[in-house]
Amino acid sequence: MSSIGTGYDLSASQFSPDGRVFQVEYAQKAVENSGTAIGLRGKDGVVFAVEKLVQSKLYEFGANKRIFTVDSHVGMAVAGLLADAKQIVETSRSECADYRSQYGSNIPLKYLNDRVSMFMHAYTLYSAVRPFGCSAIMGSYDPIEGPAMFVVDSSGVSHGYYGCAIGKAKQSAKTEMEKLNLANMSCRELVKEAARIIYLVHDELKDKAFELELSWVGEATGGRHERVPKEIFQEAEKFANSALEDDSESDSEDA
Amino acid sequence: MFRNQYDSDVTVWSPQGRLHQVEYAMEAVKLGSATVGLKSKTHAVILALKRASSELSAHQKKLIPIDNHIGISIAGLTADARVLSRYMRTECLNYRYSHDDALPVSRLITDVGNKMQVCTQRYDRRPYGVGLLVAGYDDNGPHIYQTCPSANFYDCKAMAIGARSQSARTYLEKNLDKFADCDVEELVKHGLRALRDTLPNEVELSTKNVSIGVVGAGLDFTIYGEEEMSRLLTAIEGEERRGGAQAAAAAAAAEPAQPPAADPAAPQEEAMDTDFGN
Amino acid sequence: MTKRVNTTKMAQFGSDAFAAKSFWHNGPAPGASYNFPNMRSSSGEEEMQRSQTPITTGTSVLGLKFDNGVIICADTLGSYGSLARFRDCQRVMKVNNNIAVGVGGDYADFQYLKRVIDQKIMDEHIADDGFALKPKALYTWLTRVMYNRRNKFDPLWNNYVVGGMQEGVPFLGAVDLRGMAYQDRHIATGYGSYIALPLLRDAADKNPNMSLQQAKEIMEKCLEVLYYRDARSFPKYQMAIVTAEGVTVSDVLEVKSNWEVAHMISGF
Repeated sequence: MSSIGTGYDLSASQFSPDGRVFQVEYAQKAVENSGTAIGLRGKDGVVFAVEKLVQSKLYEFGANKRIFTVDSHVGMAVAGLLADAKQIVETSRSECADYRSQYGSNIPLKYLNDRVSMFMHAYTLYSAVRPFGCSAIMGSYDPIEGPAMFVVDSSGVSHGYYGCAIGKAKQSAKTEMEKLNLANMSCRELVKEAARIIYLVHDELKDKAFELELSWVGEATGGRHERVPKEIFQEAEKFANSALEDDSESDSEDA
Repeated sequence: MFRNQYDSDVTVWSPQGRLHQVEYAMEAVKLGSATVGLKSKTHAVILALKRASSELSAHQKKLIPIDNHIGISIAGLTADARVLSRYMRTECLNYRYSHDDALPVSRLITDVGNKMQVCTQRYDRRPYGVGLLVAGYDDNGPHIYQTCPSANFYDCKAMAIGARSQSARTYLEKNLDKFADCDVEELVKHGLRALRDTLPNEVELSTKNVSIGVVGAGLDFTIYGEEEMSRLLTAIEGEERRGGAQAAAAAAAAEPAQPPAADPAAPQEEAMDTDFGN
Repeated sequence: MTKRVNTTKMAQFGSDAFAAKSFWHNGPAPGASYNFPNMRSSSGEEEMQRSQTPITTGTSVLGLKFDNGVIICADTLGSYGSLARFRDCQRVMKVNNNIAVGVGGDYADFQYLKRVIDQKIMDEHIADDGFALKPKALYTWLTRVMYNRRNKFDPLWNNYVVGGMQEGVPFLGAVDLRGMAYQDRHIATGYGSYIALPLLRDAADKNPNMSLQQAKEIMEKCLEVLYYRDARSFPKYQMAIVTAEGVTVSDVLEVKSNWEVAHMISGF
């Protein structure tokens, strides 16, 4: 990489001669080393799925979840340094609480997204701090406004999406999403697809054990962000596994 | 000595997206003597190996009671652990004052994690150079939590950290299924065996160099006295030592007072190393 | 004597134009010689007066334990002094699945603290760690908040009655605006502590393990009596019931009252 050794890549408050802030780019690398997280926005809600890599069997099942409820109506899936991400979650939670105490209603996601993005961006401006080594997908559902989903990354940049992926296998996950007609799908369908995508992009050779995390917020949950109930979770997992088998069968036929 | 130019500050990302200062702080944990934690359905136990800095000194304390329902054992910089333990005590105390109840263990650990994270993101701080095993009991049952300098923490079935702790983790993994239904005595014995596996061949567990702390259903966090310990130590005496072969390889280099600089026999500690990746 | 009475009467209607001028015009009042106008006091602190009275108020709250739960009742009147101003001030609240709270006193102060409590519960829901606030913990927390405010001489002007299930056992406690707190098997605040408490005590003594139905009947009786006797009360009320199954807060119910004997009350 041309940046290395030039001395222009040691501080977040320094541009390189060609106008880049390398420290921010490096922080984004931390996100790319992490297990994949995806968000799908359909017609009646948003579904989150996370490939949570498990490094030791000494850990409890379900330890260190990477999907968080930020406010009753907002979910957040994260990738990157978990400790950093938890800080973002905490900040988001207090922004939601702050909004509620001032205006007496749930924070619209676009405002939350603005505030969180600005917070993360602030950490890209000074040499005294480092950029966050994480990205976050946030999604919510409002009975009037409908579903909404944003991704904010280490640089503090954020965009709205119908389908998005962060982490290791974001590219192949995005390729899968592009095949779907996300805007017209219901949460029930999206849950299955989300599970399938995570199972599909998981690299069994490099990372052995993983746990699937699924959550949603939408019409079906009454606008509350919740973990997907057990039965639907298992159904989705079953769907994912059989889709994978079909896939590998057709692969061998081709060969 | 220096790995590269990206390791001088905690605020500097390496081109690979790593934080070397944080990773170095993780190394500090491995310099501390080993400590083991495990739990059954009803109890959580932490055990630690104590070191004495010289013949004339007493052994350094490794267990710190936090509240009636929580105790911790430490590996790494003791002074850093004292800062954290004071914080934890204050949090527990404040919760008791305001809610007249025991602070749920998971909430305490979350707070500790958030406190530790701040030190990994600012130029004027350094990460805490200590790993903790937290044994606690609350309405959700017994817990063993592990915290790291990276500000990550893990809800564990069992765990061992500190010097040569890989051998203990191997023992714990092998016997993981047995712990759930153990009574306290059996649980402590498993812990002692795991701890013993971290020792060089010529060193033995004794009432002087071991600490045991237990907490569980109807039992406040208790550190065992000498009498209880010697009874338990006798109970596992004479059993074959599983980690014997591994320990022998490193034994020559390892004075009990000086931790081995690198432990060639122990496999790379994958759980400790770059775990902050996720 | 006559003369003095006269002066008093004149003073009521402003200055007496015919009386002699007072000896000392426009100067500082005796004993306040150094308080010149428009000067800050030497400490730099502004003088201010804390609220001395509640403004819009709710009257009594009743709480009663029965064999496997707790009932809390309060009417829905928001009084503005003696004016029955707001008729739908609901002040029995479900906190979570094992706590209900009833509140008397200043309604705005209650609304403030309700928001704080609601956010507290929301935080707990969000944390998703399997813990739910227990009634004893909320009761203790309220005690700390109320006592803390009282020590700032700025109390939240309320009575809180906390009821719930803790480890399968009914809990009932009360906290007042001074942070004074106690637990009992029956609680009545405000006017109810004079009128309803003896009835509750009597009922509980006679029937220590009353059923939900019996407890409800006693509560209804108490509310009826309070409606007869307490001028700040109202026939519409709510009833919260906490059992191991959860919390239910009723719709607004109505006291069955009988005023046939009212015409016999006279002579004052």
